[in-house]
Amino acid sequence: MALGQYLVNGLLQGGLYACLAVGFSLVWGVLNVVNMLHGSLVVLGAYFTLYGVQQMGLPLYLVVPAVCVALFLFGYAIQRSLLNRVMAQPILITLTLTFGLDLIVNNLILHVFSATPRSLVTDFGALEFLGIRIPVVRIGGMLVAGLLTLLLYWLLRHSRIGRAIIAVRMDRHAAALMGIRIPQIYALTFGIGAFMAAAAGCAVALIYPVTPMMSGVFLGKAFVICVLGGLGSVPGAIVGGVVLGLVEGIGTLVLGPQWATSMGFLLMMGVIVLFPAGLAGRKGYE
Amino acid sequence: MTFDRLVFLRLLVGLALFAAAALSCAYLDNYQLQVFTTLAMFCVLCWGWNIVGGYMGYPSLATIAFFGVGAYADGIAQVQGLPIGAAWLCAAAAGAILAVLLGTALLRLKGHYFAIGTIATVEVCREISNNWSELTGGAIGLNIPIQAGDPDFVGRFFFLAMLGLALIAFLATVLVDCSRFGFGLRCIRENERAASMVGVDVFKYKVGAFVLSGALSAAAGGIYASMVAFIEPKDAFNLIMTIEIPVMVMLGGMGTVFGPLVGGVFYVVLKEFVWAYFINWHSGILGVIIVAVIYFLPQGAFGTSWSALFAKARSRARATP
Repeated sequence: MALGQYLVNGLLQGGLYACLAVGFSLVWGVLNVVNMLHGSLVVLGAYFTLYGVQQMGLPLYLVVPAVCVALFLFGYAIQRSLLNRVMAQPILITLTLTFGLDLIVNNLILHVFSATPRSLVTDFGALEFLGIRIPVVRIGGMLVAGLLTLLLYWLLRHSRIGRAIIAVRMDRHAAALMGIRIPQIYALTFGIGAFMAAAAGCAVALIYPVTPMMSGVFLGKAFVICVLGGLGSVPGAIVGGVVLGLVEGIGTLVLGPQWATSMGFLLMMGVIVLFPAGLAGRKGYE
Repeated sequence: MTFDRLVFLRLLVGLALFAAAALSCAYLDNYQLQVFTTLAMFCVLCWGWNIVGGYMGYPSLATIAFFGVGAYADGIAQVQGLPIGAAWLCAAAAGAILAVLLGTALLRLKGHYFAIGTIATVEVCREISNNWSELTGGAIGLNIPIQAGDPDFVGRFFFLAMLGLALIAFLATVLVDCSRFGFGLRCIRENERAASMVGVDVFKYKVGAFVLSGALSAAAGGIYASMVAFIEPKDAFNLIMTIEIPVMVMLGGMGTVFGPLVGGVFYVVLKEFVWAYFINWHSGILGVIIVAVIYFLPQGAFGTSWSALFAKARSRARATP
């Protein structure tokens, strides 16, 4: 039943990955910015959750929304004040700028929360099904992450703001002519990206011990998923997340755990060279 | 090839600087030599990056992949018993081969995809060197035979070696800047399709630039590995360094001959200062520097038209009595 266990683990991991990558993918697709800050936003979300639950003693269902909203405001402010000024510049500029911001934020996290790994001890038990063991907390984490991702999908398809974001993604000049305030939409999109990063961070805090050094790992996963799924598409992020989760699960079984990360990156390089629009991507989204 | 007065002047200034640096090693102590060697190394990496990122306009973040592969090629060659010079040649060759392979695959991509593909290369290289323990020593690292001789001699030896490589990188840049090849690269930067239309063999030019850049970076990695005599994956393939290099070039001015030198020297000296006085905050301060460069000097020291800037400041001063 080892294969089944690895498949289930991979699927659960995939839900988390989808939530992790969807904000990154949206920012890349709509703003044309590779957000190097994303990993640190995830870690920040995780630390805020830990702080809220452990230091302030608040219940989880209050902490999670508060953290997400806080990071939304943080992301909105960063885009509004810093990134909107350099949006017309070449890729290298926005990429290095977000990298610089990432160094600053990560240094602050390190200073405030220290490098010691911390974890939220949660024991909700586990389900046993056909010899496959599934911890409840991981199902919970995946459900929250998955539901938020679906909510974002719904928001993009059916709300006014969502349609405006999609319009900017398709053609920012035409969108501007239709009366959409582009800087406003950019800031909102970046805020939503940070919101989703915070949600992923909450799920991470429930499942793993957290250290500031994890941000690079999360950023790497987000790259891979985003390239697999295509830019700026929510269903793409879900597909990419699940594919990456399964590939890592099976790769761990076949080659051993030390190769799991490189498998993801090799998969991504293969896809990047063969299908520059992503596996689920469509033309015009690249 | 246009060999006019400007080129002559550049060569003269550059060679004078190099001669002064080479002579200075007689007066420096070991710490200063160490700093100067690091300086020369970053200048090589910057000049190497500048060919691809500055002249050709491709945002490559693979510099450190070449650097690390060069370091490992040198280390493995020396462990196998090759003399030190041959090991450096091995490093350069490994970099060139990697550049051909990578370039063929990645140079078809544009913009973000190219940048991400090159970042992924660094990650894959690090994972491979981490896991292929028989060849690279894995996460434990690789010990390289230490150069014989007393510390004063060894320090000067590696400094002069790195300086020699920097001289090669400088001459290569001067050559690229004034040659048909460099002109083709600039055409690619401005408009790739138009460049191909007027008869630039775009693919060959792009791979050529990548190989030149890769071989230089890998050779720097080789000399570095011999110098420190111990390399490990997270040292050789350092993601922060791969983004620092473009920042240095940006500081000095992309697509210029002396930009990488000025940017590299300024950044390394600044970093040395930050490390010495603010050890807990060094990455945050580097972040602030990066952000400041992007807002205040996006064209770099050589790209900004200072006279226009001063004129503007002066007219503003006059307007507000």
